[in-house]
Amino acid sequence: MIELQNLVKRFGNLTAVDGVSFTVQRGEVLGFLGPNGAGKSTTMKMVTGFLAPTSGRVSVCGHDLAVEPIPAKRRIGYLPEGAPLYGDMTPRAFLRFMAEIRAIPREQRAARIGEVVAKTHLDEVLEQPIETLSKGFKRRVGLAQAIVHDPEVLVLDEPTDGLDPNQKHEVRQLIRAMAPHKAIVLSTHILEEVEAVCTRAMIIARGRVVFDGTPEELLAKSRRHNAVCVTLRAAVAAQARVELARLPGVAEVVDLAPGDGTARLLVLPARGHSILLEVGQQARSRNWEVLGLEQERGRLDEVFRELTRGSERGLRAEVAA
Amino acid sequence: MRNTAAILKRELVSYFITPVAYVFIVIFLLLTGFLTFAKDTGALYERGQADLAPFFRWHPWLYLFLIPAISMRLWAEERRGGTIELLMTLPLRMRDAVLGKFLAAWAFVGIGLVLTFPVWITVNYLGDPDNGVILAGYLGSFLMAGAYLAVGSAMSAFTRNQVIAFVLSVSTLLVFLLAGYGSVLEFFSGWAPLWLTDAVASFGFLTHFEAIMRGVIDLRDLVFFLAMMAFWLFVTALAVDWRKAR
Ligand SMILES: Nc1ncnc2c1ncn2[C@@H]1O[C@H](COP(=O)(O)OP(=O)(O)OP(=O)(O)O)[C@@H](O)[C@H]1O
Ligand SMILES: [Mg+2]
Repeated sequence: MIELQNLVKRFGNLTAVDGVSFTVQRGEVLGFLGPNGAGKSTTMKMVTGFLAPTSGRVSVCGHDLAVEPIPAKRRIGYLPEGAPLYGDMTPRAFLRFMAEIRAIPREQRAARIGEVVAKTHLDEVLEQPIETLSKGFKRRVGLAQAIVHDPEVLVLDEPTDGLDPNQKHEVRQLIRAMAPHKAIVLSTHILEEVEAVCTRAMIIARGRVVFDGTPEELLAKSRRHNAVCVTLRAAVAAQARVELARLPGVAEVVDLAPGDGTARLLVLPARGHSILLEVGQQARSRNWEVLGLEQERGRLDEVFRELTRGSERGLRAEVAA
Repeated sequence: MRNTAAILKRELVSYFITPVAYVFIVIFLLLTGFLTFAKDTGALYERGQADLAPFFRWHPWLYLFLIPAISMRLWAEERRGGTIELLMTLPLRMRDAVLGKFLAAWAFVGIGLVLTFPVWITVNYLGDPDNGVILAGYLGSFLMAGAYLAVGSAMSAFTRNQVIAFVLSVSTLLVFLLAGYGSVLEFFSGWAPLWLTDAVASFGFLTHFEAIMRGVIDLRDLVFFLAMMAFWLFVTALAVDWRKAR
């Protein structure tokens, strides 16, 4: 339903978005990740028709935004970065205005507004000027506005920024509940959010897509993916380190910060290997007293850093941290 | 059409939920009242003539400062607050937004103008004025306010800074005001060919306003103000589109 072809946006000399292409189908929730200034918001502004791309094409539900902006925009709900709103209006008046422009028939407006107000938990602040609302409530008004016309395509720029943990949870549930009927693109700096709500993760850095896959695939890129952390008596640590490193499928063993009389070894697998069994067997056959043995899923922040900085150096320090 | 109306309504309501409306209307009424009745400036009583010339004469000059104060926020505020991103991603044409905002401001000034009715009642109480001429005066004043607002709307679209929008508007309007002023025209007529002097005069707000104010409703004067509005609103649309992301 959303289709981007080789999208480029230049601001003077700066290329903010540099050849981004992807399509999002109904039922997909695409999570946009990337460091500050990567071009996430700029891409979203082009998808929603706020900015015209320097080159490339965007189409929404088959309508090219450069040719038929109005039918395309009708099908989009958009929460811009920072959730800008008309501060002098109350949420009720604001939502009424949006519902009117969104061509919701007059007799259905009140019901629709009631629905989104319930979904975003706005009832207590409906009559308070928006500029006096707390940040989280403003964000929720922005969200309510984006879904008031039940659009087929949702573009949400940092929808959970500024929300408390309960609200974050609520909003994620809301997004998951809407997901089957819509194509959703959201950006976030919270990596766990991608795992929690997205069916697909995309990392962009310096305007280019550096990763596009499922959140699981993203996790699998972590060096710690399927790594095994063993806690042993300090006495056998040195021996264990050498022997574990020799096991097939093991890439490296890292000594984590030792505790009192114990040592924690992180056994990193070679890519694509699972080594839990081997590590356990080795420990048993050597009669090491194992105080803890756990398999890790991998760390998104580590993958994120690796992909966006492309640096191998410092990984050891990060793993140890 | 429906979109224009929705924006018009939103904007007009927002004038009245902020103090802008009340400050503007009170100042406008006080100043017109003072200038109309004070001995040195209008002397409505002392003139012993039953018309509203002393009242309307001041409008071009009051508008010079009051109208930019209204129009400066039209687009600059939208850009500063980022709400332009909301507005421009809604399924509406640029024309709807530009026109809706402009019409709201114009309607608002119209309300201010209507509220000067006590002045009209006063002259009718004191004497027997030609109410047709007075009506023409109101029409001229309203049209001129529209032209001023359109200029201000364009200036507001060029910047996100309301102070800059204000100063730009006042300066531009001053040029159009002075273009029809006697001494400026004399300055031109001393050396410039006649057609240039005429051209300058024909772009002056005063020339057209004073014609209507006298009760002579010439199509050319009406067309002048309407064309002025159309032109500057067109400039507004271009400027909004060009500057929206900056
Ligand atoms: N209107 C503009 N004029 C000039 N440069 C711009 C403009 N908008 C964005 N940029 C630049 O484009 C780049 C990408 O910005 P963008 O807002 O898309 O980043 P982002 O990925 O959303 O970052 P963040 O995570 O901080 O929100 C940045 O370097 C930014 O400074
Ligand atoms: Mg951003």
